[in-house]
Order: sequence, then C-alpha cells, then structure tokens
Amino acid sequence: MSSIGTGVEYAAKAVDNSGTAIGLRVKDGIVLAVEKLLQSKLLVPISNRLIQTVDTHIGVATAGLLADGRHIINRARDEAESFRNNYRIQIPGKVIADRVGQYVQAYTLYSSVRPFGSSAIIGAVDNEGPQLYMIEPSGVYWGYYGCAIGKGKQVAKTEIEKLNLSELCVRDAVNAAAKIIYTVHDDSKDKAFELELSWITNETKRHEFVPREIAEEAERLAKDSLNEEMEDD
Amino acid sequence: MKPGEVNLGTSLMAVTFKGGIVIGADTRTTSGPYIVNRVTDKLTPIHDRIFACRSGSAADTQAIADIVRLYSEMYSVNFGEDPTIRTAAALFHDICYQNKNALSAGIIVAGWDKYEGGSVYCIPLGGSLHKQPFATAGSGSTYVYGYCDKNFRENMTQQEAVDFVKNGIALSISRDGSSGGCIRIATITEAGVDKIFIPGDQVPTFWNKS
Repeated sequence: MSSIGTGVEYAAKAVDNSGTAIGLRVKDGIVLAVEKLLQSKLLVPISNRLIQTVDTHIGVATAGLLADGRHIINRARDEAESFRNNYRIQIPGKVIADRVGQYVQAYTLYSSVRPFGSSAIIGAVDNEGPQLYMIEPSGVYWGYYGCAIGKGKQVAKTEIEKLNLSELCVRDAVNAAAKIIYTVHDDSKDKAFELELSWITNETKRHEFVPREIAEEAERLAKDSLNEEMEDD
Repeated sequence: MKPGEVNLGTSLMAVTFKGGIVIGADTRTTSGPYIVNRVTDKLTPIHDRIFACRSGSAADTQAIADIVRLYSEMYSVNFGEDPTIRTAAALFHDICYQNKNALSAGIIVAGWDKYEGGSVYCIPLGGSLHKQPFATAGSGSTYVYGYCDKNFRENMTQQEAVDFVKNGIALSISRDGSSGGCIRIATITEAGVDKIFIPGDQVPTFWNKS
C-alpha cells in the first residue's frame, strides 16, 4: 500500500520494531501475551504494563510507542465507560474495536496530528463469547482467532497457526503463548525482557493478569522446551 | 398538571410469566373532567419486542417514548442487535431522571430479549428505575396493590398472566375515576407480540355488577 504524507507507514515501522505482542482467541476465552523489552535494569518489574484492563471484560495489549499505546487505552476506557452509562450493559467486543478503530483512523486525516505509532490487540469476552481484534496505526481492524504484532510477528504467526485454537482451553493457551513469546525473543540481539500474560475466561468474563504461580509455571515450561530444542539441534 | 393539560389518569400493569411478559392498560385519556379519548392505546411499541406503558402527561410520555424509540432503532442499526429491555429501560430512565423537574411521567418498560427472557422495569415519578417481577402504575394502581400482591405468582402460564392483568385492570377501572373505557393487553414472547382488545362492555365485572 502506498500513499503520500499520511505517515501511516512510519507508524507501522514503529510497531514493527517493538517487542512482540500476541493474542489468542480460544474455546473458552482470550489470552494476551507481551514481550516487554526492558530499556533499563533500574525499572521496577511488573510496572509500566503494556497489557491493561479497559473494562472488567476487556483487556488491551499494545506494541509500538509506549505513550501512544497508553493514549489508545485511555480512549478505549472512555468509550467503554460511555457505552456503559448510555446502555447499562458492557460494551461488546466488536463495538469497542470499531470505536477505537475510528479514533485511530481520525488521527491519519489531519495535518495537525500524526498517526499513532502503536497497534492494539483488543481481547474481550461478551455475550457472543470470546472476541479478539487488532487495530493497526491506519485505523483498520480485523477480528482474529490469533494475531501477533511487533518484531517477532512473522515467527509468532507461524507458531500460532500450528495451534488448534478452536479446541484449546485458556489454561493451555497461557502455556502456548508464553512459549511463543520465548521462541520469538532474540537473546543475542535484544535486551532482557519481561513476559506479560493476561487472560479472560468465559466463566468469569473478567480480564485479569495470569496469577503468578501459573505464569511462572508457563515461563518455566517455555524455557525448558526451548532448551530441549537447543539440545536437539 | 397545568390547566387543560391532557392526562393519562391511568391503570397500568405489567407481569412476567414463564415465556415472556404481559402488559395491560385502560384506554381513558382526560383533560380535567373531559374524556379526550376513550380508546387510547397506552401500550407504546419501542422496539420489536419492547413496549412502554405510559402514565402521567400524555404529551411528556409521548415525547419520551418517541425519543427512546429513535435511540432503540439507532442501537439496532449501529450494533446489529436488538437492544435489551435493560438498555431500553436505561434510556427511559436517563431522560426521566435528568428532566425530573419538568416531566410528569410514570412509565413501565417491558419486553422479551434473548439474554434475560421477559423482564419488567418500572420508572415512577422521580425517575428511579426498578426491575420487578410485576409492576403496576398510574392513578388506578393504588386500588389494586392488594389484588396484585395476593394473586401474583412467579412462572404463571401465559393464559394465567393474561387473566391476572385483565382482572387487575378491570378492578382498577372500577374504583379509579380517572381510569376507564376498554382494556388493552399485549403479550410479548420470543415469538413476537400479541395484542388483545377488550371492549368496554366485555370488561370483567365482580361482585358489584353494574
């Protein structure tokens, strides 16, 4: 795709250079995972989240410029709140994706603003079940079973395609997601990273970070399987 | 009520039953002692399976219902899904509460949706919102609280619910001077809306046949 002067291409570049973020839509929920590249050893772990909660039933993972991602998430929160106030029900996944998509697209239209250097993966569980959307800096968005953005998106996507998403459960998807993030991470080129993992289950319909024990177990399994593969080589 | 304002001195009932809801109303619209319309339809369609029962100022409640009907239509066009009864009730509630000092409107919102089945919401004068298994409203309602409390049961059959509403409205009409005329009843289920009209000479009578 080519165009002049919108800057969307440069914005997409910013996303492609950032840590990988993936989203999985499985049988009974959504799993989000982000490879948060650590800019400094002085950063406090678990601070500066790249995955955030937008409404009780919605989680958003961002990749690209950090501040732009936060701005998109704030907008998503405002949309979720206003929908709740107007209609007294939780905003459906497709509606929040559409609202945020329109917002992001508007920032490609005017000379006074620049497009967002961030992509957002929106996970939600609504009355229709689990929903997963990914919004690009151009404002375009699609619904996905699985999606990946950032540096490792190509590798991540091929890994996601190997999964049987329609039959996977959230608990197993967490392990799969952790493994994918560890697979795409390039130890030699990249700085250290922190794995962010969150989920929404059909049962609770709540977006929450994966409990520490389960996340640590997933990371351990991911590291083990990578080590095994290395030994095999 | 301003001098000359047209009033729905009304008897309204709404009841949930097994597969949906039944709503009923009398048909009298008055301006002081004068009956403006003796066959009024106070059961106002808001969406495919959502109705509002109006009491209070005819002008106010018509205007509110028109606005909410527009919002509901926009909702289903925008989101590709029918609004829930809860959502329609919230839309009524917002208008009634935010303009409470200017409005004279007591509204029952009832209908069927695929998530909660039949539901009844009552929005009385101050603009509060109450989800109820059944509701009565309008000037005539005060006369039939006892009847309703004694005879309402959860999970009635459709016929039982229709009879409950029909008798309730008839009793209310017989005691309330501002209610009268005929009875209109609507049943809303997954299958759709079924409206019943009971002419004045077929309104049920009880011990004091007159």
